[in-house]
Amino acid sequence: MSKVEIKAPMPGVFYRKPAPDSPPFKADGEDVALGDVVGLIEVMKSFHEITAAVSGKSVRFLLDDAEAIMAGQVIAELEG
Amino acid sequence: MAIGSLLIANRGEIAVRIIRAARSLGIRTVQAHSAADADSLAVRMADEAVLIGPPPAAKSYLDIDAVMKAARATGVDAVHPGYGFLAENADFAEAVASAGLIFIGPDASAIRLLGDKVAARKVAREAGVPTVPGSAGRVAGIEEARALVEEIGFPVMIKAAAGGGGRGIRIVRDFAEFEKQFPQAASEAQAAFGDGGLYIEKVIENARHIEVQILGDGENVIHCFERECSLQRRRQKVWEEAPAFGLSAAVRSALTESAVALAKSVRYKGAGTVEYLYDPGTQAFYFIEVNTRIQVEHPVTEMITGIDLVSEMIRIAGGEPLSIPQDAVRISGHAIECRINAEDPAQNFMPSPGQVSGLKVPEGAGLRFDTMLYEGYWVPPFYDSLLGKMIAHGADRHDAIARMEAALKALAIGGIKTTVPLHLAIAANPDVAAGAVHTKYLEGWLADAPLNAAASQTETA
Repeated sequence: MSKVEIKAPMPGVFYRKPAPDSPPFKADGEDVALGDVVGLIEVMKSFHEITAAVSGKSVRFLLDDAEAIMAGQVIAELEG
Repeated sequence: MAIGSLLIANRGEIAVRIIRAARSLGIRTVQAHSAADADSLAVRMADEAVLIGPPPAAKSYLDIDAVMKAARATGVDAVHPGYGFLAENADFAEAVASAGLIFIGPDASAIRLLGDKVAARKVAREAGVPTVPGSAGRVAGIEEARALVEEIGFPVMIKAAAGGGGRGIRIVRDFAEFEKQFPQAASEAQAAFGDGGLYIEKVIENARHIEVQILGDGENVIHCFERECSLQRRRQKVWEEAPAFGLSAAVRSALTESAVALAKSVRYKGAGTVEYLYDPGTQAFYFIEVNTRIQVEHPVTEMITGIDLVSEMIRIAGGEPLSIPQDAVRISGHAIECRINAEDPAQNFMPSPGQVSGLKVPEGAGLRFDTMLYEGYWVPPFYDSLLGKMIAHGADRHDAIARMEAALKALAIGGIKTTVPLHLAIAANPDVAAGAVHTKYLEGWLADAPLNAAASQTETA
């Protein structure tokens, strides 16, 4: 089993949920398929969906909801 | 009480603008900033800077407790809220006043009153300011709605009382459509919002956005004429002018007098803006709302009147009466402002934060660039994309457009994408030159993608 990463394509604020009172797009431990939405990044007040460019099992997020993020920073790890 | 020091509870170009105005009045400045803005121009310019929280605005610039803590810790006399963030937050104005400090703006009760859409419309009507024709509230049923439509004429909007943000709105153009749509709208509103209540409002087609700048000291109110802000994208103003084009002297005086009457009726104190929809076909204007703060586009008014609005609002807050009588406010020439945003107009206005690798700003008669940029500055991704405002003043509108075009060509911002190519295209647009625009014009024109061809010449300074 190798480890694969989901990285931020742009800097901003990372959100794990579509709205403050919604459940997260992906809970820790869930599987992720290619193209699944795993979060949102708010950059300059506009929101961009972050989709997985890889698929894998048992996702583990390295950031909390509403945390600042740099471009290229690892958002989550998956079992590839 | 005269203000000796003030805290700037904002960031970006307006923070820089406030520091300049304060300095011209001999006032000491303290810049409140998030961790992401430690290297900002405002922090560098201010006499003192104080960290108020992490980058996300909710935890810094929008955090009333954090801002108040900074105000108390630095011992300032006053707080300037700028625009956006907490500028029109009545609770914040109240917190500043309860701490024994001066809020540079109207008091909390005026912010609360004018910030409530329904209450503000009532204030406007009572002051004799025309509002968009429609029902005063919910209509009781289709008979009442039909009678109202007969009176105000088509097209009308049927709006769900419980809707908002553009949801639950239908536009109808004749009685056949009206008879069909009204019952549908009612049952849909009931299903969607659990409330079938409906409003009726007249649709003002091809409306322009015109707004009047006001200054009040609590006793007297003056206007500083009007601005034209019809070129908008996603309800954000893009290009603004002063004065509005093609207004007759009679319309201009009715418009500005209505704004003064409204402000006087609430004994307005500070700088404010009364916004209107203007129907160029009938020359009628209709109240939209009052903004109880300094606006982004205030420089165009400053350029045509010679009044320093930011200084004036600080002096009023410090207890001074208005320094200018109404008959001394005159329009000289024409001014235009272009909002330069960190967005790529060739890529659907994708945000473009990053490092400014080079900066060349044109200088010349009638030019002004209000900005937070300097060479090497990292534009953070956490806030809105406004980098600065290019402002050009000319003898007339034609001259102002020509000066703006030359200034935009000479402005070079390297390392990030900006909306300069959009403004160059607007400056060359014949409909803009003719004044044949309205609030939906720019989006319609952009849908034809006029900017993709011009994209290759995007700033390489």
